[in-house]
Amino acid sequence: MQGHQQTRGWGGRLVILLPYLWLAVFFLAPFVIVLKISLSQSVLAQPPYAPVLDLAAGWPGLTAFVAQLSLDSFRLLASDSLYLLSYLKSLQVAAISTAILFLLGYPIAYGMARAPKAWQPMLVMAVVLPFWTSFLIRIYAWINILQRDGLLNDVLIRLHIIDTPAAWLSSDTAIYIGIVYSYLPFMVLPLYASLERMDESLLEAASDLGCPAWKAFWLITFPLSLPGVAAGALLSFIPIVGEFVIPDLLGGSESQMIGQTLWIEFFSNRDWPVASAIAIALLGLLLVPILFYERLQQRSLEGART
Amino acid sequence: MAAVDEHLSRGGRAPLIRFEAVSKRFGVVAAVETLTLDIGEGEFFALLGPSGCGKTTLLRMIAGFETPGEGRIFLGGEDIVPVPPHRRPVNMMFQSYALFPHLTVEGNIAFGLRQENVGREEIAMRVAEMLGLVRLQGLGGRKIHQLSGGQRQRVALARSLIKRPRVLLLDEPLAALDKKLRAETQFELMELQRKLGTTFVIVTHDQEEAMIVADRIAVMNQGRLMQVATPTEIYEQPNSRWVADFIGEVTIIEGRAAGPGTIASALGPLAVADRDTGAGKTMWLALRPEKVSMSAERPAGATNTIAGTVSEIGYRGEMSAYKVRLADGSLMKVSIANVNARGRAPYAEGDAVWLSWPPDAGILLVS
Repeated sequence: MQGHQQTRGWGGRLVILLPYLWLAVFFLAPFVIVLKISLSQSVLAQPPYAPVLDLAAGWPGLTAFVAQLSLDSFRLLASDSLYLLSYLKSLQVAAISTAILFLLGYPIAYGMARAPKAWQPMLVMAVVLPFWTSFLIRIYAWINILQRDGLLNDVLIRLHIIDTPAAWLSSDTAIYIGIVYSYLPFMVLPLYASLERMDESLLEAASDLGCPAWKAFWLITFPLSLPGVAAGALLSFIPIVGEFVIPDLLGGSESQMIGQTLWIEFFSNRDWPVASAIAIALLGLLLVPILFYERLQQRSLEGART
Repeated sequence: MAAVDEHLSRGGRAPLIRFEAVSKRFGVVAAVETLTLDIGEGEFFALLGPSGCGKTTLLRMIAGFETPGEGRIFLGGEDIVPVPPHRRPVNMMFQSYALFPHLTVEGNIAFGLRQENVGREEIAMRVAEMLGLVRLQGLGGRKIHQLSGGQRQRVALARSLIKRPRVLLLDEPLAALDKKLRAETQFELMELQRKLGTTFVIVTHDQEEAMIVADRIAVMNQGRLMQVATPTEIYEQPNSRWVADFIGEVTIIEGRAAGPGTIASALGPLAVADRDTGAGKTMWLALRPEKVSMSAERPAGATNTIAGTVSEIGYRGEMSAYKVRLADGSLMKVSIANVNARGRAPYAEGDAVWLSWPPDAGILLVS
């Protein structure tokens, strides 16, 4: 293996370089641009921020440019509670949704992993199938289901569970329904992957050593599925925090998630620096769980090495 | 001979495990077919056979992971078929070891005791005792992935012994070890079994391993017992061509009984020592390669003497395995110890040689 690495040609190096190149072009460069805009001032001009970097001006131009950068947009974020409330709302929605997704997704993934081997590809297919329809169309379908004279109220009234139609749409409940529905595969698939590759002889060994099945689940199955739980939780939590479409279409107007606030700053207020500052702060916020996940993966990789 | 008597007395004791007309099918495939077997208390018992012969199914039935379709299984006189695996006083060492990867060595070994409310101090004491028994002192805090294959094997062994089971089941316990380590571990297992006095039931496809470790061997094929006997009996007195052929190397010569002490074969009349050779019956003479002697000149005064040509030589270090082409075109296996220190083979391919063996060297088989 080591000898192999030493003799790797430039073709091999290129393959390793490719993902870094991709990240540099499509992540690092846009990030630097957004960071730069977040340090600028909003102006009524084209582009709607200043200063604009003019490389033709040479070194003096660059120093003048750097001197004009400021943290004003970030100060605004800290001073106006609107932004803080939006962040908190996003974190709250993401945390509660992730918890619901876990409670719902674990039994589904467990059932899939314990199903006969021949069925499993079909079950995975069933979980992925909704992706075949456009995300927007599926959310619009939920509007239809949740509206006052929609399918949900119809069914509930016919079953005599409620007498008068309830208001589902434009509420937090609708946001949760939409998010849980949309993100379920992101929770189920990593959980399934970790449960499916578990060696069944471990459960036999536990049983052989005097451990009844329900206890073996908590002592063996669940701890061994924790990497899957972490992966599923982060794959759901991180994008939910920045979710815009679902709260915008299904949610009410009483409180905004940070994605909506960002959209308003960008498109309604045309305040690019503040919108950029919101994005940068959001990224910083999400860095915590991402780094946590990285460390977890590192540990499980070390564990897998034999 | 004393060893054989010891085995017999063990077998003669009240059996600890008894299979009574046990059958098990997987779909249309019969894994175990109306099988009856007794395993004695304190015995080191081996289930030997080719893959798919039902030996593992038999072992898993003792553990409780498989339920017999028909028949009963007794452990110490009690029918254990309805008892779930976690309530059986037997423990199993798995072929894959099935060690819990998220627990330490200590956590793995203590797992069995933690399931039955044993006090913390006693657990610590017994875990330490087990670590000593399998020579893993000082490694209790390691995670499983930090251990070598041999060390994992020891953890698995310690984990399955800590509850002091009445029967220890070993499913191909040494299959994952390299040859040298396997040979060492075989002797360690025997020593351990003698020290603890626990009944060991081992499943293996490696006949040499079964012969080395076991007091008695059950040779299985296609869900049936072919022969249950001591290693010596299985090797020297196989009860069928199948067993003779499965265990070790053998040349089988077909013949017909032709009067007392003689069978007629394609190689001419052959003198045999034992049994009543009822005239006209088809019989088979099984000859172990090491019991046939080979010489360049026709040996004087030998009973069974046959001419042949050396066709193949397999050099194995301590001995060489020859295949000698006989007059009727068949091959006879002959093995000769390489006592010559120079390693020079006494015969070369194509040499004309004479083979001979005394009448009592062959095993006469009727099935």
